[in-house]
Amino acid sequence: MNGELQSIWVYLAASPLLTLTLTLVAYQGGIWLYDKSGNNPLVNPVLIAVLAIVGLLTITDTDYQTYFDGAQFIHFLLGPATVALAIPLYRQIRRVRESLLAIIVTVIAGSLTAAASSVGIAWLLGASRQTLLTIAPKSATTPVAMGIAEQLGGLPTLTAVVVILTGITGAMTASGLLRLARVRDARATGLAIGIAAHGIGTARAFQISGLVGAFSGLAMGLNALATAILVPLLFRLLS
Amino acid sequence: MLGFFIILLSCQLLGEVLVIATGLPLPGPVIGMALLFVGLLVRGSIPAGLDRMGDALLSHLSLLFVPAGVGVMLHAELIGAELLPIAGAVILGTMLTIVVTAWIMQLLTRRSPQ
Repeated sequence: MNGELQSIWVYLAASPLLTLTLTLVAYQGGIWLYDKSGNNPLVNPVLIAVLAIVGLLTITDTDYQTYFDGAQFIHFLLGPATVALAIPLYRQIRRVRESLLAIIVTVIAGSLTAAASSVGIAWLLGASRQTLLTIAPKSATTPVAMGIAEQLGGLPTLTAVVVILTGITGAMTASGLLRLARVRDARATGLAIGIAAHGIGTARAFQISGLVGAFSGLAMGLNALATAILVPLLFRLLS
Repeated sequence: MLGFFIILLSCQLLGEVLVIATGLPLPGPVIGMALLFVGLLVRGSIPAGLDRMGDALLSHLSLLFVPAGVGVMLHAELIGAELLPIAGAVILGTMLTIVVTAWIMQLLTRRSPQ
């Protein structure tokens, strides 16, 4: 690298513009591959973008904090986007109202299934106690899951990562799994995705249909509440 | 357009304030979603501009998770140390939850038309 290029790099590496643009380009690349695959959910744009960015940051020896200085502008929009989930939900108000009781029962059962299955499977595979406490709330949306993990004595920052990986897994597998399980009901599909895979699942659910997306967003919100109440209670009863 | 973005941010802000004031175990944006929902119920319709604003944000919802997802790099070692139990819980646990939850909902609503 000659002197001039070096100084351009030093300037760009210190500016949030570079990692902000990198995030958009990596995601656009993921979308392009997803389109090329004929909209195959296994070709998940979030996973592709994350892998590409982690690879690039590792090669250029850039730390996460430097990356996040730019990427935080995108991260920030998660808040208003979550608020905006009320709009598709309102559009489906009639469908929600006619199955309200079933929705509540399903959310409670789903929240317990998510916690019990992750803790049970990890325990069978030899996880440490701290890991069990870290992954128990993994299906809830990130801030709720981190709060619960902290309360239980897990590692909240590791919980955040496990939550994201859970969302990606749900987004990749849901439609194939539900086809195998002979689930055709859009409401059941939406609730299952929102409970198991929070916001990343909900993003996928909107690709299936507006109705599936609305139920998924609703399930994500209700599951946050159910998990925050039930998981700490469950651990208190067990220990 | 700006006015509608202000509505979304105000709902979130009010949600954050409520969480701090009451100690509710929920994130501010989720409370904000409930507040906006109640607002729409009261108004009885969705303003066209808010509808467009919401569509713009939600059409790229998954992009918004990328910055947090890159945080995986911070914990590569911890995950590597217990790779099998973590991967098992994430992959099998999530798949099991999806199927069980969908079956329960389908069972409970079998009689009502979709």
